[in-house]
Amino acid sequence: MRPKTAARVMKFFDEPVEFEKQPGIGAPVWRGRAGGGAALQAFAAAVRAAGGRLAALWGSDERPTAGCFRLHAVFGIEAGHAWLALDLPPDLFCPDLSGIFPAANRMQRAARDLVGIDFEGADRRPWLRHGGWPADWHPLRHDIGEPAGFANQVTDYDFVRVGGEGAHEVPVGPIHAGTIEPGHFRFSVVGERVLRLEQRFGYAHKGIERLFAGRAPAEGARLAGRVCGDSTCAYAWAYADAVEAACGASPPPRALGLRALMLERERVANHLGDLGARGNDASLAFGLAQFSRLREDWLRLNARLFGHRLLMDCIVPGGAALDLDASALSLIVEQCEAVGREVRALRRIYDEHAGLQDRFLTTGVLDMALARELSLSGLAARASGLILDGRAHRQGYTPPPPWATLGVRPASDERGDVAARAAVRFAEVAESLRLLRELAVGLPAGDVRAGLAPAAAGAGLGVVEGWRGEVIVGVALDAEGRLARVHPHDPSWQAWPALERAVLNDIIPDFPLINKSFNLSYSGADL
Amino acid sequence: MIPVIRRILRAGIVSEPRPEPAEAVELDRLQGEIRRILGRALAIRQVDAGSCNGCELEIHALNNPYVNLEGYGIRFVASPRHADMLLITGPVTKNMEHALKTAWECMPDPKLVVAAGDCACSGGIFGESYASCGAVERVIPVDARIPGCPPTPRQLLAGILAAIGR
Ligand code: SF4
Repeated sequence: MRPKTAARVMKFFDEPVEFEKQPGIGAPVWRGRAGGGAALQAFAAAVRAAGGRLAALWGSDERPTAGCFRLHAVFGIEAGHAWLALDLPPDLFCPDLSGIFPAANRMQRAARDLVGIDFEGADRRPWLRHGGWPADWHPLRHDIGEPAGFANQVTDYDFVRVGGEGAHEVPVGPIHAGTIEPGHFRFSVVGERVLRLEQRFGYAHKGIERLFAGRAPAEGARLAGRVCGDSTCAYAWAYADAVEAACGASPPPRALGLRALMLERERVANHLGDLGARGNDASLAFGLAQFSRLREDWLRLNARLFGHRLLMDCIVPGGAALDLDASALSLIVEQCEAVGREVRALRRIYDEHAGLQDRFLTTGVLDMALARELSLSGLAARASGLILDGRAHRQGYTPPPPWATLGVRPASDERGDVAARAAVRFAEVAESLRLLRELAVGLPAGDVRAGLAPAAAGAGLGVVEGWRGEVIVGVALDAEGRLARVHPHDPSWQAWPALERAVLNDIIPDFPLINKSFNLSYSGADL
Repeated sequence: MIPVIRRILRAGIVSEPRPEPAEAVELDRLQGEIRRILGRALAIRQVDAGSCNGCELEIHALNNPYVNLEGYGIRFVASPRHADMLLITGPVTKNMEHALKTAWECMPDPKLVVAAGDCACSGGIFGESYASCGAVERVIPVDARIPGCPPTPRQLLAGILAAIGR
């Protein structure tokens, strides 16, 4: 239990819910308990009215520790994140938040599939459950056992039908033409024009949340780093933050610097890959060859310095799993200079390439109002003019260390199209290269790992600005200090519905380009 | 336009890397193997049966100029109907079980199947559960396995070639 002296009671938006600041040095999080469903709804509405976001939502069986099921909702507000828990009645009825935040729709359906929470009047179609387990069997209940003798069935999905003359449906997936994760897209079209796109996901659902239960907090790190392989640093860091908050541990400053180094290397690696692939999508194969060569150089240095090309298992609760010496740091600085030079030259080529700009400009537009309504975060939000970046200062918000002293300049673009998302990537590569140099040169001396004392029934929330957007991990420990519940949240939950809207003014042949300009995660949101 | 083309040409020539000599000899030998066995390029259909996307990133890297897979007679195709080989990643999720079986049924003989990554080989960290069938071999027959989490592009290349050589 947290010491009373650390408590700082806060209220937001004149709502009655009282919040306490989460202890520790991670991103600013306030924790509160909603007095009832109406209080939760009122708070959500107040957040929405203030221009805030629904950042994450999950259900949890807390009968062993609290005697009830709980709903957890995390809201993105000016000051950071407000984490609100609601004790549910025995019938598990819970108010529907999707009328206030459309992003709640899929998260609530997942909470219904996995925990059995009944959202009153909400969309009742299953989301993660296809035909692999019975409808009345909820994998995240502690006492549920195994679904004995249940045969995996092929199920239909109740897509929304579009009527009208000449309208027909084009189904795509779950297996796509290309090396891409699995998912299903249902287009309703007239001629080539897209009238509606509806996604059906859950194909990559491999039961990650259940696998966490019962493990020691240190063991969970490997799993957290494999929720979404392209964002392993972001997940491992958010998980570590959450565990450290739950256990009252503080990683040493050098570990924070190393984590930031790894996170920025992950950001650059992904942006390099994406910038090359977008060139290729627009028939500039040259771009793919150049950027994939740079990416390969980047990953080879990762392997050399960190022992893993994608940096898996390098961030652990308590700190970092490894240290870098002075020669390693100077290699990083050298590489940043070389890559920066090449990317600047490639940017000029992209900017001046008429064919490429023709494909990019005004394609797949997502405007700022919609980005806000859908609770978007990260790169896609910034490319629609929403300047949200957990690493950067903003009015009323101070980023956690080590960002606070680095003065991160968030990139943004107001056009909201494929070109804007490419421009934000270019700008972020440049800024990350600057940050990497500063981090490498100014890395504090000292240990890279602090001890973790097991904490009974502790809880914590970690928030990290990954390359795609905000990665959140919520952790709750049981009476023995083992993991009782872990919920990893990918920014793709919010961004996938934005893609459904961004294609509406375009034609099907532009879909691959628009889809990949967002480059969202299937695995991260399917869990 | 002309300055753009000039830049493209200049950048292209400056940076096009050649494989290291030892690597090139090895790849030449393996390319010979493919021609000897198939008489044409090897067509691979990649199927993600529930991976974390880490394995996909490394499979993408097979096409970068260092590895340059296509240059050695191996290419990725869009349909299992045109594929000599399925390259499968991830534990097979319950939700992908049927789609994977269908893809396998669609492909022509001899239906080479390669499991890429620890998850595809053994179920990996995700194992078998209410949501996961585990290893690929639990769902369809597997000819070769490439361990690693994720396997590196070099390990993938070696594993793919070893599978053809069988
Ligand atoms: S083997 Fe590793 S990288 Fe590949 S899908 Fe499994 S966890 Fe991800």
